[in-house]
Amino acid sequence: MIGQILFVLIAGAAIGLFSKNVKKIRRNIRLGKPLDRSDNPAERWKTMAMVALGQSKMTARPVAGFLHILIYLGFVIINLEVMEIVIDGVFGTHRIFSFLGGFYNVLIGSFEFLALGVLLACIIFLIRRNVLKLKRFSGIEMTEWPRSDANYILIAEILLMIAFLTMSAADYKLQGMGIGHYIKAGAFPVSSFIADTLPHNEAALVYTERFCWWFHIVGIFIFLNYIPYSKHFHILLAFPNTWYSNLKNKGEFNNMSSVTNEVKAMLDPSFTPPADAPAGKFGAKDVTDLNWVNLMNAYTCTECGRCTSSCPANITGKLLSPRKIMMDTRDRLEEVGRNIDTHGPDYSDGKALLGDYITNEELWACTTCNACTQACPVNIDPLAIIVELRRYLVMEESNAPASVNNMFSNVENNQAPWKYAPADRFNWAKND
Amino acid sequence: MAAEGQEPEVLFWVGCAGSFDERAQKITRAVCSILQHVGISYAVLGTEESCTGDPAKRAGNEFLFQMMAITNIEVLNAYNIKKIVTACPHCFNTLKNEYPNLGGNYDVIHHSQLLQQLIDEGKLKVTGGESFKGKKITFHDPCYLGRANGVYEAPRSVFEILDAELVEMKRCKTNGLCCGAGGAQMFKEPEKGNKDINIERVEEALELKPSVIAAACPFCMTMLRDGVKHFEKEAEVEVLDIAELAARANDL
Repeated sequence: MIGQILFVLIAGAAIGLFSKNVKKIRRNIRLGKPLDRSDNPAERWKTMAMVALGQSKMTARPVAGFLHILIYLGFVIINLEVMEIVIDGVFGTHRIFSFLGGFYNVLIGSFEFLALGVLLACIIFLIRRNVLKLKRFSGIEMTEWPRSDANYILIAEILLMIAFLTMSAADYKLQGMGIGHYIKAGAFPVSSFIADTLPHNEAALVYTERFCWWFHIVGIFIFLNYIPYSKHFHILLAFPNTWYSNLKNKGEFNNMSSVTNEVKAMLDPSFTPPADAPAGKFGAKDVTDLNWVNLMNAYTCTECGRCTSSCPANITGKLLSPRKIMMDTRDRLEEVGRNIDTHGPDYSDGKALLGDYITNEELWACTTCNACTQACPVNIDPLAIIVELRRYLVMEESNAPASVNNMFSNVENNQAPWKYAPADRFNWAKND
Repeated sequence: MAAEGQEPEVLFWVGCAGSFDERAQKITRAVCSILQHVGISYAVLGTEESCTGDPAKRAGNEFLFQMMAITNIEVLNAYNIKKIVTACPHCFNTLKNEYPNLGGNYDVIHHSQLLQQLIDEGKLKVTGGESFKGKKITFHDPCYLGRANGVYEAPRSVFEILDAELVEMKRCKTNGLCCGAGGAQMFKEPEKGNKDINIERVEEALELKPSVIAAACPFCMTMLRDGVKHFEKEAEVEVLDIAELAARANDL
């Protein structure tokens, strides 16, 4: 009974704290400008099913893709078992679903293989990061915290899987000994192999089983509350992020309606802009000038670095890293959120995404080639943020490289980006 | 043509590079020669054409872009243009994707798509020109044709009728590496780094020992040629647009 009360208290606290932090992230995302991405729901569900649920873009890199799918499947499917564990925890039962009989055995047996798969995949991932030191996991933005974050997640998952398998091994052995409520239920194709390493003693086995059971479920509750502070939040946001992702051709940049009104008024003095025309600054200086999808993108990023490793600017040693653009956006948004929490909504810390986090040099290194958006397994769009920041630099600060300003004035005066006379435009047909 | 009250089947949008850049002018002429060869009636805007505004937009100058776009749309609509073909993926992308919600609705295709269509219809074959049979050709996917608009197979259809050996770089199609010119980079010095992007790209292409590096974008053309020059391989490797390949194979 004490166990049940303790379990309910821990579960309630864990879920309460988690919802509080998720609400805070939701609040932060909604600091972004509105954007309607509810069109074409059929296509959006399909995109989410393919990209998030079906992991279709992960396999572009087969090794990481395969291992990730193992962990993903493990996470999703073992959650069925967690459901049983939670029910057992609340009602003080043991293996409540065992009445399913043969089907239960199949389920438990497959969870065991999945748990082993997750365990091995996490170990390989740790080796890739810390021993093989894959280039993709380094870079200026991969400072101590992001690197530790990745390792903490992998270690946590390894510990959870070890506890899960050890718990099953002890249960299997107790079942064999016909002790108490340890009824014969489940199949243990993996944990039966480690059962021999456990003591052949009832008290010790019960202790091991109970310890691992509590370690596993409390570990899950702690991990749940780690997620909102971590890149691991992608496991939740990957779904809405793909649903709300850009369905248009990647080459299409949005036409700013605020600019259309000004241009039309300039070309035709009788034009009156609609009354609900958006005003304010052009482009983005800080995270609150970006739209909410840009901000959700930032919280979705799990820092895998596929964008950066396919970025032509980054490959050739430039400062730009699309992953850094996303991490900077998230870090700045977190800072803005903390400011609101401590000083109220109108507080300004005098800092901004542009300048304090992202430099002009990074922005001007982008070729807008869309390699980053193509590479992202969850359809994050770093390019959209880069373009918004460039818009601010150009239209609010007139702060473009001199050669780009020359190009602008050529386009404006000669209708071509080079300094040729417009009258010569048709000369190609003559000097044949 | 408009003065005679006629409307062309298609408007050939030449683009700034195709109009002014000496190397790209050759691509322009190749496209024209193919259009004439297959008997499509076409027109160009000549001196009435202006920059689409693409480089301004990518660089963040939305004002300038929309000024150019709205002016161009007025001209195109005045001539009642329905169909546009362009030899520049940047013009193609802008006209196709960004003009409609400013009032410019046209059926816009890239010249690679026109070539593919002509090949599929049997109108464009290989007769009487230079033979590319069995020659090693590698194709550099332009970002604004490939990833930006999902056109990967159309340019490759040209190599099939040439009966050439298409050798793909590891970074091709969706994984294609940019030539380094997009996003207004064409008009500025690259930012600090340890290599120029076009050098990285041409290095990859040269590893395949092709006799031709094929392009489908005038900016890629410039970047690739500079890269080939950098490695002093001009004698062994030609950089040619797909339209030039098709034209040469037909002795146009």
